Amino acid sequence: MSAVLQYVVQGLAAGSFYALAALGLAVIFGVLGVVNFAHGAFYMLGAVTAAVLLDTLDLPLWWSLLVVPVLMFVFGVVIERLLVQWLLRLDPLYNLLLTFGLTLVFVELVKQRYGVSGLPYRLPGGLQGRVDLAGVVLPRYQLFVLLFSVAVCVLVWLLMTRTRVGMIVRASTEKPELARALGINVGRWVTPVFGFGVALAGLAGVLAAPFRAITADMGNNFAIILFAVVVIGGLGSIVGAVVAGFLVGLVEAFGQAYAPTFAQILIFVLMALVILVRPAGLFGRQEATA
Amino acid sequence: MMSKRIWAGASAMTVVLLLGACGGGGPGGSGGAFSGDKLVLAVLNDQSGVYKDASGPNSVKAVKMAVADYQKKYGDKAVVKKIEVTSTDHQNKPDIANTKASELYERGGADVILDVPTSSAALAVANQAKTHKKLFLDVSAATTALTGAQCNKYTFQWAYNTYLLATGTGTTVTQSGGKKWNIIFPDYEFGQNMTKSFTTAITKAGGTVQGTIPTPFPNENFATFLTKAGSTNPDVIGTMHAGGDLINLVKQFNESGLKEKGVELAVGLMVINDIHSLGVEQFAGTLFTDPWYWNMDAEARAWADRFLAETGNRPSFEHAGNYSAALQYLEAVQEAGTDDADAVVAKLEGKKVNDVFLRNGEIRAKDHSVVHDANLARVKKPADVKEPWDYEEIVTKIPAAKGFPPAEASGCSMKP
Repeated sequence: MSAVLQYVVQGLAAGSFYALAALGLAVIFGVLGVVNFAHGAFYMLGAVTAAVLLDTLDLPLWWSLLVVPVLMFVFGVVIERLLVQWLLRLDPLYNLLLTFGLTLVFVELVKQRYGVSGLPYRLPGGLQGRVDLAGVVLPRYQLFVLLFSVAVCVLVWLLMTRTRVGMIVRASTEKPELARALGINVGRWVTPVFGFGVALAGLAGVLAAPFRAITADMGNNFAIILFAVVVIGGLGSIVGAVVAGFLVGLVEAFGQAYAPTFAQILIFVLMALVILVRPAGLFGRQEATA
Repeated sequence: MMSKRIWAGASAMTVVLLLGACGGGGPGGSGGAFSGDKLVLAVLNDQSGVYKDASGPNSVKAVKMAVADYQKKYGDKAVVKKIEVTSTDHQNKPDIANTKASELYERGGADVILDVPTSSAALAVANQAKTHKKLFLDVSAATTALTGAQCNKYTFQWAYNTYLLATGTGTTVTQSGGKKWNIIFPDYEFGQNMTKSFTTAITKAGGTVQGTIPTPFPNENFATFLTKAGSTNPDVIGTMHAGGDLINLVKQFNESGLKEKGVELAVGLMVINDIHSLGVEQFAGTLFTDPWYWNMDAEARAWADRFLAETGNRPSFEHAGNYSAALQYLEAVQEAGTDDADAVVAKLEGKKVNDVFLRNGEIRAKDHSVVHDANLARVKKPADVKEPWDYEEIVTKIPAAKGFPPAEASGCSMKP
């Protein structure tokens, strides 16, 4: 029993990365209609930036959790202004190609500058060690990641449902034409939303730094799973991305425990099943497929 | 644009014609004994990918150091005056390695190809060496097939193989008390072979393998794999992962609390650059086989100092292995007085060697495996590190006779 509980918490902790990053991906897709292939690279850049800040300025994890998303937001805004915006009016394929190309550029640049063996990262003392929760022993950091991600997801949720900005963004996501007809300047929100999505990917990267390998390639595999998450949750659905993120984490954990060879395949089996039964994803609006 | 191309083509043709005329037999010089009147050592390895730091550009520098040492030693008595070292990127892809090797032998004038990490790529190069009857000294690829089923007269394996890693780490750790093992491995060729070799070595030494857990490749999240591996209360968890996956696994192993429970982590294949990039505290206590360590004795250290001055890094065993392979090749050429591959192979075969890299080394004639003493190492605790790159404590020496399989068991037959 305690083993199963352990797998559950491990799955949720792994899922929290997916949830955070997929949230960013979903928001960007919703508002801009851009399938952001560079999301894995932004996640990688978040982790690399945190490692570099720790190495050069001795900036601990706590500060990185605040500083890196801000830097990534600015970076995202610059990318959107310089590149993404010019392709928005064209076929979505163009932005897909652009962001894919950006991934290659970022990955190679990081390889050139920081080599291929990865960067070191030290966990702050307060997060080392383990906690015993009624027989389930968990690394303190895993628990922190889980709680932190849930908090961020809830915050984003509140932002989206309780504030004017959030409502405008949701309206622009779900019914852009109607939003425009009601006099909302949808275009105004495009740039900050892109920056926001990028910042979330960067934040996931910072969280990953202490217990994942920080290499130029760390985002590649991550991005693939991320797309599965978004498809399962429903393209553009904010709640869907979060729920699917945690779900995929659980599937991965139980896969690792009971069918190790299939741990990763199971995620895609789940994706295929969801597409079969609900083509628009668990939380997608069915008409969205039309 | 077009005219420029034609011009370039024309000048290239001219050079080729000129070279042909020279090689055609001007009197004097070393005419005849050396193809193209020079010796070409071609380093073919990973210049940009995952193995760049462990071998890569610095292996080229190590080979250049060997050339300089040879020239210094023999001076005017050197049988060949002009020696070139070239560098080619194979991107760890067997098809690219295959084409590049063929090009190097045919058009690059390469007398020998060195290094070649990634087993599948090395096997492709070995095949080209056989076809072209030119030498290939493998340093960084570990498959035993190079000196076994797919061995040939022109291929030598200089530094290590999967058997050494398995007997080194598997046997020694089991004998020193780590009886119960659980092995986590990446589910592809290398990982499966390593797991098999380890299981054999562990069982032979009186231990048991409680379970083997295959993982996807590549993979980031090992938390549950580790929980599962730890649930059988093993003495040792063995991992056959490399590169980024290894780092992921080690970080998460440290988080998992298994270390505090007394479970040791043994790594199948690790290079000092892995420790350098991640920091000793992450790897502290980890056991692994290191064919050569820069601070293992005064001679190794003296060379490592030169390497540090040259590159800014301490050498990995792969760097030292490349230096040794190049140096012994040049010595053999000196003895043979020619770059003719058959003559050089005859000088290499059966030779007993001691140099910066090889201790009690022997270039076995039967299977072309270069056997030598290796080390079982443990990664130091941060408090014990006294200088940069001071990461390893040698637990025990693995004598050549134990570390490498007997030549009779290799399954190698040199007949063409």
